[in-house]
Amino acid sequence: MPYRLVGDSELLFAYALRLGDNALVLGQRLGEWTAHGPILEEDLALTNVALDLVGHARLWLDYAGEVEGRGRDADRLAYFRDQGAFRNVLLVERPNGNYADTTARQFLFDVWHLYLLQALSASADERIAAIANKAAREVAYHVRRSGDWVKRLGDGTEESHRRMQAALDDAWPYTGELFAPDAVDEEMLAAGIGCDPRALATPWNAHVGAVLSDATLERPADGWMHAGGKTGRHTEALGYLLAEMQSVARGIPAERW
Amino acid sequence: MVTQEAALDDVWAWLGEIPDPEIPVISILDLGIVRELRWSGSGDERTLRVAVTPTYCGCPAIRTIERDIVRALTERGVARVALEVRLAPAWTTDWLTAEGREKLRAYGISPPGPRASDPSAPIDLGAFAAERATCPRCASSDVELISRFGSTPCKALYRCIACREPFDHFKSH
Repeated sequence: MPYRLVGDSELLFAYALRLGDNALVLGQRLGEWTAHGPILEEDLALTNVALDLVGHARLWLDYAGEVEGRGRDADRLAYFRDQGAFRNVLLVERPNGNYADTTARQFLFDVWHLYLLQALSASADERIAAIANKAAREVAYHVRRSGDWVKRLGDGTEESHRRMQAALDDAWPYTGELFAPDAVDEEMLAAGIGCDPRALATPWNAHVGAVLSDATLERPADGWMHAGGKTGRHTEALGYLLAEMQSVARGIPAERW
Repeated sequence: MVTQEAALDDVWAWLGEIPDPEIPVISILDLGIVRELRWSGSGDERTLRVAVTPTYCGCPAIRTIERDIVRALTERGVARVALEVRLAPAWTTDWLTAEGREKLRAYGISPPGPRASDPSAPIDLGAFAAERATCPRCASSDVELISRFGSTPCKALYRCIACREPFDHFKSH
């Protein structure tokens, strides 16, 4: 591939892994809804979003594997790492819960994901820029869909409003991690490869605020925030997800399909 | 034995016979995903290079398409084929041919409208709401969106108010 590699490869590996793991874990979570969606159209929509995300994960993780240079491809990275080696934010590993919980998680992530990918489209690393640019155009659909559902449920019946608000309140403490940079983010930002997570907060707040207002929902207060996913400290929920996702590949490790 | 090297015009024609696996009325050339053909290397290393740009990142059809390309070319005597997956510039429905759009309509899929902007420009979140589909059966533009996601990643589901038929719309992307 005619791409130029900039910067330290270990940091770049860590950075690409985070992008890939976010997409992979959320894609797998949404896949759990397949054939269980509340209506046929939503079943198709969730499966389509899952497919997009798993497609993104493949591109990011293949790139991470190439950068690492130890012969691991996307499948190897997806199926043969344990919980502590995953680098996704905690928000995406949260269980599906009810439909409002799935919608809240998706909406809060989608808006952040879109602004992140738009910023990375200008990355000095050509491969990251190319993947981000391509993925952003798909995520633009995800943002519109999940935002529509926040409005429908929030501005729906008394019961749907109550559940949507409760789901938002539950998911909110997992959003702080999205905007908190660590050493990997700082180094990648300095190299012109990564984006500044702090800078995503302004457009995210504006977009989320506007949708919540349309949805007659209250923006939860910013209190104590969970963190740790980016360095491999995960919630209990991720282990169960990985056990299911990895069982076939680990059960028949030499098989190709 | 030295075999005659296939002319690129012929190769383009062969690729034009490969159907899209999920929408078989259009070819992979109608879809606009084959971006470049060229010969490289010399002697036994002489290789036909095919650059392909995937539609959606997770589209499962891309693997089938890659296999179909290699098979079509090797069956025609091309000894060495190398596929290059090219992500940038990102695929857009503006690359669908006029002929492909007409085939989609005849098949019952509303073809995509032109993209409002350059694919690399910032995404306009309002653009999807403004996208207008036309009923492929009765040509009415009095239609409503049922779901932004249809039977494949590239399509949305609509219903025609005039003739009451549901239909797929190829999303402008």
